[in-house]
This record gives sequence, structure tokens and C-alpha cells, in this order.
Amino acid sequence: MDFSSFLLMRQEIILLAIILLLLVAEIFIPKNKKSSIVHLAIFLFGIHTAVGFFALNECSIFGGSFQTNNLIHFFKNVLNIGVFILLLQSADWIQEKIVTQNKGIEFFILLFSSLLGMYFMISSGDFLMFYIGLELSTLPVAALAAYETSKRISSESGIKLILSAGLASGVSLFGISLLYATSGSIFFHDIIGAISANNLTILGFILFFSGLSFKISLVPFHFWTADVYEGAPISVASYLSVISKGAAVFILMILLFTIFKPLMHVWENMVYVIAIATMFIGNLFAIRQQNMKRFLAFSSIAQAGFILLGLISGTQLGTATVVYFVMIYIFSNLAAFGVVQAISSKTGKENMNDYEGLYRTNPKLSLVMLLALFSLAGIPPVAGFFGKFFLFTAAASEGYYLLVFLAVVNVTISLYYYLLVVRAMFLRKGENPIPFFKNKLYMRLGLIITVIGIVVLGLYSPLYEYIYELSSIYN
Amino acid sequence: MDILSLFVVVPVLTIIALVFAKGLKQARLVSMVGSMVQLGMAINLVFAYFKERAINDGIMVFTKDFVWFEQFNIHYAIGVDGISVALLLLTAIVVLAGVFISWKMPDLPKEFFISLLILATGVYGFFISIDLFTMFVFYEIAVIPMYLLIGIWGSGPKEYSAMKLTLMLMGASAVLLVGVLGIYFNSNADGGALTFNILEIAQVNIPIEAQKLFFPLTFVGFAVLGALFPFHTWSPDGHASAPTAVSMLHAGVLMKLGGYGVFRIAMFLLPAGAVHWSWFFIILAAIGVVYGAFGAIRQTDLKYINAYASVSHLGLVLFALLTLNKIAWNGAIIQSLSHGLLTAMFFALIGMIYGRTHTRDIHKLGGLMKVLPFIGAIYVITGMAYLGLPGFSGFVAEMNIFVGSFQNPDMFHRVLTILAVSSIVVTAVYILRLVGKIMMGPLANEEFKDLPKATWFEKAGILLLLIPIVAMGVAPLWLSDMIMASLEPFIKGVL
Repeated sequence: MDFSSFLLMRQEIILLAIILLLLVAEIFIPKNKKSSIVHLAIFLFGIHTAVGFFALNECSIFGGSFQTNNLIHFFKNVLNIGVFILLLQSADWIQEKIVTQNKGIEFFILLFSSLLGMYFMISSGDFLMFYIGLELSTLPVAALAAYETSKRISSESGIKLILSAGLASGVSLFGISLLYATSGSIFFHDIIGAISANNLTILGFILFFSGLSFKISLVPFHFWTADVYEGAPISVASYLSVISKGAAVFILMILLFTIFKPLMHVWENMVYVIAIATMFIGNLFAIRQQNMKRFLAFSSIAQAGFILLGLISGTQLGTATVVYFVMIYIFSNLAAFGVVQAISSKTGKENMNDYEGLYRTNPKLSLVMLLALFSLAGIPPVAGFFGKFFLFTAAASEGYYLLVFLAVVNVTISLYYYLLVVRAMFLRKGENPIPFFKNKLYMRLGLIITVIGIVVLGLYSPLYEYIYELSSIYN
Repeated sequence: MDILSLFVVVPVLTIIALVFAKGLKQARLVSMVGSMVQLGMAINLVFAYFKERAINDGIMVFTKDFVWFEQFNIHYAIGVDGISVALLLLTAIVVLAGVFISWKMPDLPKEFFISLLILATGVYGFFISIDLFTMFVFYEIAVIPMYLLIGIWGSGPKEYSAMKLTLMLMGASAVLLVGVLGIYFNSNADGGALTFNILEIAQVNIPIEAQKLFFPLTFVGFAVLGALFPFHTWSPDGHASAPTAVSMLHAGVLMKLGGYGVFRIAMFLLPAGAVHWSWFFIILAAIGVVYGAFGAIRQTDLKYINAYASVSHLGLVLFALLTLNKIAWNGAIIQSLSHGLLTAMFFALIGMIYGRTHTRDIHKLGGLMKVLPFIGAIYVITGMAYLGLPGFSGFVAEMNIFVGSFQNPDMFHRVLTILAVSSIVVTAVYILRLVGKIMMGPLANEEFKDLPKATWFEKAGILLLLIPIVAMGVAPLWLSDMIMASLEPFIKGVL
């Protein structure tokens, strides 16, 4: 293996270099200047994100256990942008709460390690690499969830996450071993030829699927979601709900469309039922939530249900619409979490009725939230509408009209609770509204990028066409 | 810039200008100028349309087509026929009148006008689109600002009404989405490519089974906005809680999207489905006509009376469309226009009365003619036009509808027609009683003695609506010609 093929792992290598650099930087930065760590991390990651946009060849290295292609590369870029926005949005919080406790650097190292795990997971060419990636992406997040050590609820959420994640990855591993037992290989390209619909394979597949469903928080593997989101710091909850979920959806889709393609008649029905259950349970539970983090947790469960509508088609159209929707979802959800983050770090308020009268005191922040919620609800002309419409088109293209009908019923339910937040912000005056405050530069930048994303991603059609082109490899 | 896209561009520019406006005075001035330009464009479009029609015999004229999402074959495709031209004109009139009526908007004026113009943009865009996807996008853009408009600036149980209205309408549009997708995936039935273009789909013979399946979804999706009987309940609450200009725009224009969509999408693209299902929906529509009229009799709140009257009159539009008869269709379109103007006028007048007396309860009103002669006189005229007095627009519309629907020779349609005609009598009852109660008789309250007279902007708004009402009544033929010529492609499908 020569150096040039090594460079095909450019994304991973640069991220690893950043992690190591930050470790070293910790030693050299004097005690009274610790807050410059945040600037350094954001700067380095910004460069990493920018470098990612250079084209990369398709390849398969390490005997096929690591593979990449244009779609995977594109998706890594989407994840990068998401994490970059997340860093911008949480910069102030890190500076005020985390750096002062002298553990700023670890935050970034853990976050980037988890992202590195996701890179490996979505680039994996065999189950071993996949499993390592899965673990690497999950374990640091558990530590991050428990990061606010002064809060009991934060530790609780860390423990909850690691226990359920451990169980899920154990189940998943058992599934993988069964698949190995029936197909005789852990390499994806060998399995594709060897897989057949016998009972043991199906059992292995179902166990494997359950493990990944946990990461995407599909019903009935969603119970951890709301509790963990509520307890974890907002940026971590945000990371779990957008980046972690997005990556898991992506790899699940690739695996379903490639190695599990022969089992399509099995997973079609599974996905059908799970999609309905996930949409309904996520939406119905979201209605009653008062805490904004729990609210967004259930909303993100419901969104995962919608994503399954694209998955079920199993076509190029399905791949394109899922990637497109996940991208839009990342921007919309980051905008919503960003506003919650901004308000929470200024005032500590996280409940929906604290938002009453927000428009009259903080109009810009409320408008960002309004756009984010409309995008999540799927109302034109913001991007979420296009994402959802195309997902439904993908499902309808395979004749799943009933499923689409149930999905649109759910869109209406979801509109109700998204409007509850709008009601609090715009319709009510509130006895004790949150006073006006100005966001710092990083936060403002983070919100502006998301707003641009929400507005532009949908109306600008070449982007979708581009994704569709890239998706042709999973046809 | 082509003549039709301006209808979207100008409101958007107005909205952008409003973002930079400061305070009520600038906001209303910008909105007024923007709406006036729109009205000028709409009038210009009518003349341009007649000129173009003489040399162009396509179904739609002024067509333009830009590819948007190539892979789905989604286009930004626009074009108009006589029906959409008439409705565009109606929209421009009502929007400008609405701006005049909201001349004194105390709370968050800038946001109010922005929301109002977003709604208008959606309506304009809907009427010019001939691509299902684009049309659907504009449809939702038109509906969603209602939530803020009612919720922030409304009165009474506004949060409840706003939520109910938004959820019912968006729920309907969700059902519609399934119908649209169904049409889309059957648009290649003749071997062509999948398309969202209405004119292309109309050429395709969509399989009968698919038509039977998707017609009800598409029909109901639109008809909820047109206040189809069991799904009309959002309308009285919504109208009663909305601020004046919003009630005007909503009942006057937005509800017309329902009838237009039913006609242009459900019946035009799925004619066999329409023939198959018309008996069922026509019963619902007839119930709506009678039920709305009786509902209006029982109400004591002026806005509720008008809202139920709208249910009745718009039920008549759906009723006429479902009779599948050309004369009745002509009546339905004219009824849409006439009702749009009349109901906007009513809501404007109610707003003025409420603004002065601070009550909408008819038991607390009386003898207003003496203290408010201008408003009173217009109220009586509007009432007469509403109950179908010859010489006004309402008569022309209802005449066409009933003559047309009675041409169906079978017992079923004739019985329903007679049933629907009976609503005219009921309408006369509640209108005359209303006029007698609140306008005539002794003054109900001594405090009403020194009510302020109508201001110039109120008069401007009223005259803007009154002129076309009378014009349509005394000279209906030019309008009728414009509409009749455009009905030809529709009638081919259902016969």
C-alpha cells in the first residue's frame, strides 16, 4: 500500500490529526488563556470542513474493509457542516461552563472521536470495521452526556445512554455473528453473494437491525431518547439527534440496499410497521411535552419515522430522498436546538411556557425558531417541505399509498405541536417574557448558517439533482 | 419578466420593502402602493387576455415553463384562462380593500401586513400555476399565515380558532398530497414520462380504477377549503375570530382556492372519477347549502351569521360544479367572484360597525341607519345583492346555477336542485331580518348617538368592492363570455 492510497482516508486522517493536535495544545496553552482552546478547535475544524469539499476518488482499501465513494464522501461533508454549526452554537456555553472547569479540551476530543467513529462506520466494508466505528461513535457521547458533572440529571443520562447503547451493540454483535455463521464472511461484498432468506439469516438480520434502530431511536427502541436528551447538555442532545442519527440512518440505508437486498421482502414489512409505529408514537408523545429538549426528542423520533418512508422504496430515488431529507433535517433541527441553546445558556429556561412573548422581546431568535419548526413540520417554502414531499414521493413510487396517507396524517399531528411553540412565541404575550439579549458572534453565525440552509436547500434544485446523481451507485 | 410572474414578484417585493418599513404609517403606505400596483396589473391582464384570446386558442395563454426539479419533472409552469384571470382580478380587489380596511392596525402593523401579503402571494401563485407541485406549494403558503393572522390579531377564542382552522386546512392539504402523488404516478398511463403539468396530464387517460381511488382524496383535499359540509366547522370559528381584513381575504379569496382546485385539479384531471363520485358529494354540497342557511338564521353574532352564510353560498359553488353542466359551471365561477366581493364587503362593514359599537351581538344593535347613514345604506345594498336581487352579481350567479342544474333531467338532480333553491328563501329571511333589526327601528343604545362617520379609507375600501358588484350585476355578459369560453376543455372530460 503506497502513500497515495493512504490519502484516500483524508477525512479520517485530518480529523485524527486535529484530535492529536488538541491534545498537545492542552499542554502548551497557559492556564489563564484556556478559553482560546475554543477558538482553536473551531478554527481547525473549520479548515477540516473546507478541505472536505475537495473531490476524492472512489476506493476500497485495507482489503476491502474501508471503502469510500462520492456519496459517502458527500455525506461526510454534510456531517462536518453539521458538527461545525454545532460547535459554533455551543462555543459560548463551552467557554462559560466547561472551560472554567478546566475540561474544555476533552469535550472537543470526545466529540471529534465520536465523529471519527461515524466516518469509519459509514465507510466500513466489513462488519468488523462497522462495529468498531459504531462503538467509537457511541462511547464518547456517553461521556459527553454526563459532562455537566454538577448536575445529577446529566450523570443519569450518561449512565442511561451507555447501558442502553451497550445492550444495543451487544444485540447487534450477536446478529453479526449469526450472519457470519450463515454466510461465512464478514466482508460485505462476500455476504452479498452468500445471503439467502433462511431463518438463521433472518434472525441475524433482525438482531442487527435492532441494534441500529436503537441509534436512530426507532420505536420500540426509543425509550432512552427523551431521558437522555433532557439530561444531557443541549449541544450533546443536539449532536445525538442530528449527527449521530443521520450517520446511523445513512449506514442502515446502505446496508439495506446492498447486502440485505435479497431479504427485501422481509425488511419491507418490518420497515412498514416500524415506520407507522415510530411516526405515531413520536408524534403523540411530543404533544404533551413541556420541556423543549424532550419536545425535540420526540419530534426527532417522529422524523426518523418519516425517513423510513424513503428507505422502504429500496431504489435510487429512495437513496437520494433519504440523503436529501437527512441533510435538511440536520439544518432544521440544529436551528431549533440552537435557539434552545441560546436561550438556555442566557437564562437557564428550557420550558415551552418560558417562551411566551418571545417574539416581542427577541424577534430574530423567534423567527429562526419559526423557520426551523416550519421546516420540521414540512411547510413550504422552507426546505423541510421539499424533503418530506420527496420522501413521500419515493414511497408512493413503489405504491405505498396507504403508508403515505398515514404519514400525512402524522404531518398534521406534528404540525399541531410545532404550532404550540409558535403559539407561545408569537400569540401569547407572557407575564414574564425572556428579556432581550444579544447573542455572541459564534452563536449568531451558527444560527445564520442554519437559516440559510433552511431557506436555500429546498428552493435550490441542483443540489437535489446532484445527490440523485451520486445515489446511482446504490441502485 | 412575463406578465404572470409579476403577480408573484410584486407581492414579494412589497414584503421585502415592508421588512424595512418603520411603524404603521410606512407599513400601510408600502402595502397600499404594492396592492395598487397589483390591481393595476390585474386590470391590465384582463385586457391583455382578451387581446391574446383573439389570436391564441390554447387552453391556457401566457404560458411559461421553467424546469425546477428535473428528476421529478417538476416545473415552474404558469398560464391562465378566463377563470383564473377573473379570480386574479377578484384577489387584487379584495387585497387592496383589505389594506384600506386595516388602515388603523394598532398592534405589530408591519408583521400584520407582511403576513397578509404572504397570504396574497400564495393565492396569486396558486391561480397562475399549471404545475401541480408548484400549485401545491403556493396553496400551503396561502394557508399557513392564517395561523398568525388569526392568532395574533384576532379576537375572542382566537387561539382555539386559529389552531382549528390551520389544522383542518393543513390536514386537508395533507390528504390532497396523496391525491396529487396518485395523479403524478398515473400520469404516464399512456406511455409518456411522469409529469406534474396539468395540461399534459389532462391529455392522459388515467386508468378508471385510479381515478375512482384518487378523486375523493383530491376533491376533499380542496373542498375542505371550500367549506364542504361535514368539514366546514373551521370556517365559522375562524371567521369570527379573525380580524376584519383577514376575514375579508379569507372568505373572499382564500376559500375560492377550494372551488378552483376542485374544478381545475380534481374534475379536470380525473373526469371519470368525478362522474363516478359526483352523486355522493353533491348530496353533501346540497346539505351544506341548506344547513349553512339555517345555521345563519340561528346565530346572533354578526360574523357568525356571515360565516354560515358563506358555508351556504360556497356550498352552492360545489353543488354547481358537481352537477357537471356547463351553465351551472359558469354560474359557479360567477358565484365564486360574487360571493368573494359580497362577503368581503360584509366583513368590512361588520368590522366598521364593531369598531364603533364594540359589539357584534344583533340584540344589542339597532337603528344604526340613523347614525351611520353611509355604512347603513351600503349594508342594505349588500344584503339585497346577497339574497340575489336582480341588478347585482348574486342574481346572475344563482340564476345560472339553478338553470344549469335543473337541466339535468333525472329525478335525483332535480330534487336536490329544488332543495338547494329553497336556501334562497332562507337567505332572504335572515338577511331581511338582520337588516331590519340592526339598521331600522329605534336606536338600541343611547351611546350610539355620536358614532363617528365613515372615514375616507373605509369609503375607499367599500367603493372598491361595490363597483364590481354592481358592474357584474348590470353587465354580466363580458365576464360570462370570458368564463364560458374557458369551460370547453372541462366539459369534454365529463361527457
